Amino acid sequence: MLKNRIIPCLDVKNGRVVKGINFVDLKDAGDPVEQAKIYSDGGADEICFLDITASNENRETIYDVVEKTSKKCFVPLTVGGGIRSVKDINKLLNCGADKVSINTAAVENSKVVVDSSKKFGSQCIVVAIDAKKNGDKWEVFTHGGRNNSGIDALEYAEQMERNGAGELLVTSMDRDGTQVGYDIDLMSKISSKVNIPVIASGGVGNLDHLVDGIKLGKASAVLAASIFHYGKHSVKEAKDYLDSKGIPVRI
Amino acid sequence: MNVTIVDYKSGNISSVINSFKEVANDKVTIEVTSDVNKIKSSDKIVLPGQGSFKSCIDALNKIKGLRDTLSEFAITNKKPLFGICVGLQMFADIGYEETETKGLGWISGKVSKIDNQGGKFKLPHIGWNEINIVKDSKIFKDIENNSHMYFVHSYEFVPNDKKVISATTDYSTKVVCSVEKENIFGTQFHPEKSDKFGLKIIDNFISL
Repeated sequence: MLKNRIIPCLDVKNGRVVKGINFVDLKDAGDPVEQAKIYSDGGADEICFLDITASNENRETIYDVVEKTSKKCFVPLTVGGGIRSVKDINKLLNCGADKVSINTAAVENSKVVVDSSKKFGSQCIVVAIDAKKNGDKWEVFTHGGRNNSGIDALEYAEQMERNGAGELLVTSMDRDGTQVGYDIDLMSKISSKVNIPVIASGGVGNLDHLVDGIKLGKASAVLAASIFHYGKHSVKEAKDYLDSKGIPVRI
Repeated sequence: MNVTIVDYKSGNISSVINSFKEVANDKVTIEVTSDVNKIKSSDKIVLPGQGSFKSCIDALNKIKGLRDTLSEFAITNKKPLFGICVGLQMFADIGYEETETKGLGWISGKVSKIDNQGGKFKLPHIGWNEINIVKDSKIFKDIENNSHMYFVHSYEFVPNDKKVISATTDYSTKVVCSVEKENIFGTQFHPEKSDKFGLKIIDNFISL
């Protein structure tokens, strides 16, 4: 039986982890490679790096991080943040990323998703949807949540599936950072609309939220950042908890 | 000994290279090339594959002499060859992804879309799934039955002779996920992304 995945996400800025594990005896707490290794050794089903480097001159740092990580971690590695073109995707894949997550570029130029999924295969193209509720619908935001595109998130999800996305990473802007749980309504609506896997993101504060994301939100995978950082929960604890709730996980 | 990973410019093979180098650990030379002369003189070959069946076959055919060299290696000389994902699928006679495409024809059968029961199961089949080992395979030495492996695919290899099947996985139906026919091995899952058990499979192939 296919297992639901748990994906810890690390925010990386200028090649350094800005929010990360802060509890074990790390030689270098800001080293993304070491943190990714701890997660993969702890049973993470995938690792996600979100590059939040703001300046273009430091953009290159992520390639080095990906290259080093892919030589140490033998679980899938997804990299997102700042990807603009097929060329950027090619470079990340060549450095050892297994999937890329495309956000703003997918909204601004749908050709990026069409072309890259044709060139590299849908399996490595994840479209990240940052959605915020407005009345009775959700709108897609770009540029790290700063700009409202006005696009309906549900229609957009279907369009991205048609364009060749292999998975959708759906983040609720309303819930992100609040630790009150995923936007279940959003997740389940998108998941029912599309036939490709949905990864739920944004708002996890405890292990029950992960359970809800899968059981109620119908997500194939759950992504979380804060609960795994600062030692609140380990990936192993999360998996044991999901298992105890009858959710199939890889243990 | 040297093991050659065939780089025929189709998809991303960095993870395959990294995992084989990690396991080889200087005992074995890992070459990455599409040079037919180097391939001929290799002891073992790894045939990766990402993207569609058609795009991989097209890419293989673009390199002059490569197809014949691989067939000579695997079929005439019976030297060990390991196909991963679409690399395994290409063993078939024919594939139906995008359009009907002729395969390498090494193991008789076809590659068709997983029957997902009219959308009941999502495609691609992405994530960790258990493998049911149905026959002793040299690459499964010290691999327990029901071990988890990482999958990403929408199409499956359906061999005519079921005796070549070494493992299946449950997703909508029983999907063939590993084959062994004499010197030819293949996995639908990605051993290079399947953590320590995946690395063990790679080690088993290298140690053949």
